[in-house]
Amino acid sequence: MQIFDPSIFPVLFADGLTNGAVYALLALALVLVFSVTRVIFIPIGEFVVFGTLTLAALQSGKVPGTLGLLLVLLGVAAIMQAFGQFRAGQSSRGLTTLVGGAVIGAVLWFAIGALAPMKLPLLLQSLITLLLVAPLGPLIYRVVYQPLQNATVLVLLIASVALHMVLSGLALVFFGPEGSRTPPFLSGDLKLGQVTVSQQSLLVILASAMLMMGLFFFFERTMIGKALRATAVNRVGARLVGISPTASGTLTFLLAALIGGVSGMLIGPSVAMGYDSGFLIGLKGFIGAIIGGLVSFPLAAGGAVLVGLIESFASFSLSAWKEVIVFTLILPVLLWRSLITKHIPEDEE
Amino acid sequence: MFPGERMIRQAIATNPPRFTPRVLLGAGLALLVLALPLLLPLFKVTVMTNIMIFAIVAIGLVLLTGVVGLTSFGHAAFMGVGAYTTAVLTTHYHLSPWLGLPAGLLVTGLIAWFLGVVTLRMSGHYLPLATIAWGMSLFYTFGNTPALGGFTGLTDIPPVTVLGTALTSPRQYAYLSLLCLVVVMLLTAFLLQSRVGRALRALRGGPVVAEAFGVNNFRMKVEVFMISAMYASLAGWLYAHSQRFVNPTPFSVHEGINYLFMAVVGGINYILGAVFGAALITQLREWLQDLLPKLLHAQGSFEIIVFGILVILTLQFARRGLWPLIERFLPQDRLRILPQQSAFPERAKPAPGTPLLSVRSALKQFGGLKAVNDVSFDLNAGEILGLIGPNGAGKSTMFNLITGVNPATSGQITFAGQEIGKAGAGAIHRLGLARTFQHVHLLPDLTLLENTMLGGYARAKAGMVQSMLHLERAEEAALQHEALRQLERVGLAAQAFELAGNLALGQQRILEVARALVADPTLLLLDEPAAGLRYGEKQELSALLKRLRDEGVTILIVEHDMDLVMNLVDRLVVMNYGQKLAEGTPAEIRQNGAVREAYLGVDMTEDGAA
Repeated sequence: MQIFDPSIFPVLFADGLTNGAVYALLALALVLVFSVTRVIFIPIGEFVVFGTLTLAALQSGKVPGTLGLLLVLLGVAAIMQAFGQFRAGQSSRGLTTLVGGAVIGAVLWFAIGALAPMKLPLLLQSLITLLLVAPLGPLIYRVVYQPLQNATVLVLLIASVALHMVLSGLALVFFGPEGSRTPPFLSGDLKLGQVTVSQQSLLVILASAMLMMGLFFFFERTMIGKALRATAVNRVGARLVGISPTASGTLTFLLAALIGGVSGMLIGPSVAMGYDSGFLIGLKGFIGAIIGGLVSFPLAAGGAVLVGLIESFASFSLSAWKEVIVFTLILPVLLWRSLITKHIPEDEE
Repeated sequence: MFPGERMIRQAIATNPPRFTPRVLLGAGLALLVLALPLLLPLFKVTVMTNIMIFAIVAIGLVLLTGVVGLTSFGHAAFMGVGAYTTAVLTTHYHLSPWLGLPAGLLVTGLIAWFLGVVTLRMSGHYLPLATIAWGMSLFYTFGNTPALGGFTGLTDIPPVTVLGTALTSPRQYAYLSLLCLVVVMLLTAFLLQSRVGRALRALRGGPVVAEAFGVNNFRMKVEVFMISAMYASLAGWLYAHSQRFVNPTPFSVHEGINYLFMAVVGGINYILGAVFGAALITQLREWLQDLLPKLLHAQGSFEIIVFGILVILTLQFARRGLWPLIERFLPQDRLRILPQQSAFPERAKPAPGTPLLSVRSALKQFGGLKAVNDVSFDLNAGEILGLIGPNGAGKSTMFNLITGVNPATSGQITFAGQEIGKAGAGAIHRLGLARTFQHVHLLPDLTLLENTMLGGYARAKAGMVQSMLHLERAEEAALQHEALRQLERVGLAAQAFELAGNLALGQQRILEVARALVADPTLLLLDEPAAGLRYGEKQELSALLKRLRDEGVTILIVEHDMDLVMNLVDRLVVMNYGQKLAEGTPAEIRQNGAVREAYLGVDMTEDGAA
């Protein structure tokens, strides 16, 4: 086979590993969101798109469409929150929410309007990107999922799919139909023996690994991280010891949005990202997450890397059938999971 | 002999007339729809045909999502299988479209069977995720296969011919689509009104509940998924011969999501909701595709934003969809009681006093914890045996061992002369054991009568296909009559046609007893029947159970309420820390020092508590 040619194999392998690292980040976010909130977060891919397209807009000195999206969501969330507070008889709090929302919105509007045309250094632009993308997570949780907190996994899944449609439609409105790429954070290659790897690829793999380590420490060593893990293990129990499901949901979605945004900036230089690219990217993370049974972090990450590798090799030898191969892969995985899953009676609804 | 017979005669006598307001309304609407293809302008007729085709897919999703609680995003792909199968057979092989239809159904059925078998043993969310993935890969397969025309598709598909007439005009084709839609609606309605339909609904309550009545959860889920997919395949066949060409676009995952949206917005529990949703979303789409690009000064499918928001709002504010808001104003018909043709054979009951259930050295281990540790006891026919013990004593685990929910690690359990230690819940139920649940598991949207009929699931035989064709009416009549008899027996006959969800908790518990009795059990197992009941309700329950015992029913009751148990049972088994602490009559147990210690913490018999 040609893919085993020593001049081709390492290149494909590095490519697969690079994309696989990003899929692994997404798989981790998906497992996290599912285990804490029972939400199967189909729209994770949209956050990747927002990450890339926001950075791309800042690169060309334009105000990113994410700002519009953020302001719309901020407005809806503030109104919903204030409405709840008014109904609970806390009019002054409700008023604070509305005024606060308006002030934050206005500040963002002017700040981003002023900063965007300045063509700041790449690192600052990345920070602005995260500042714009990360809050989308908690806002979406507030607007879409928090009112559905007690719903079944099925209802939450349908809501996720609906949200995916809304977000990709809004991405078309705010970013337009053209695709964009972002510049690599590092240019230049690294020679390892006779194998050449781009420094950007190494950076992506390194950054993903570091982010995973960070998450690991967050969950193992910090109180908040432990609280999230407790919620994942037993929702009712966590509630009884004073962990609010709303707070853990909000935090989880913040993390998921952050991971999505970072992934978007990491993968941006290697993929031409359009408003509708998120679905495919997100689903590849999902295959990894499913390999981990939606609960195991290491299995999910490993599975996602495997998806990246298979995709890379498939795209070289059977490029038209790349997606077919990647998505059909899920069937043997599910069969395997079905065979190892013990039949446990559970009460639903 | 049977006080129920008068009740049955009365129920048949008060059956609704043939032509109720609801039937007349439906007939009027049907006439209107029949006239539409002749009255509407040609382009509207095409829209109408599309709506009917989409409605068929959405009805399949109602069956899958609303009734059973599973879902699929791959129904557009199943439609694609139906469409491409007929397209290939009619263009490449020049076969008749009437061969393309069964071929498409067959291929779809096989794929659905495979997907179902692979995913349905696991939690419910694996199926939808698998359908997304399979929908994606099928889409790219269509697009990349030259024999299927790639992304441009296949053209020159011949029209469907009926009695020598080729259906080339959209007006003619609308009637074919209407016929298919009506057939699908009837098949689905018949299915939902049958024994299998009630079992399908019971699947939502979790696997334990349906399994307790002898329903094979896994098989039932696979079958319903196959039927739902085959509806989509039929729709695909209609679509291919209506458009006369096929390409991958209408069969993508995003279109599959759209079908789910139709069902959710329309009303995920209602056949008419699916039709309503298909009409609403299709019309809205036409309208928004016109309006939004002008409004936003850009090209693109912006309508998905509106649909997505619509679905989220529906889930947040009207989770059952829009159709119930209309249904509320429509006249409702009472369930029709069928005349009896045959009765079920009755089980031979063991003579009172003979051993019925015997537990020998039962052991159940969860990791290092022995939840039930070497427990033995016997239960004789005709008695009420109480199983009591403090919290965590292992009563519920014992209950699960006997009912087959969770098999024992070791030991023997014999029921009606058969070893049941390793048998499943369904098999044990068929031997004559029926149970109630600690947390009431009823179908709140169905009448008391239908809920009670579920109890007789294992006595009847009709499968999915027979039910869809209403070939099981003799069995259905026998079930109805048996259910009415048992409702009369427990004193709920007057409310037989009311919804179970409207009952108070005490009555719901009694309804569960009636449901268990329809199975004609030799042993009735009650799991904490008095939990959460008021004093008066407990009195009623106690009186009912005594009456049943006097009529020869054997009862095993797990209960916390000492008053109730002591005044009801013939004998008691007391458990503590997974072990049997004592066994005897209520009077003996009252005097037992070990039992007092377990309940009160100190033994007060010796140091003279008085």
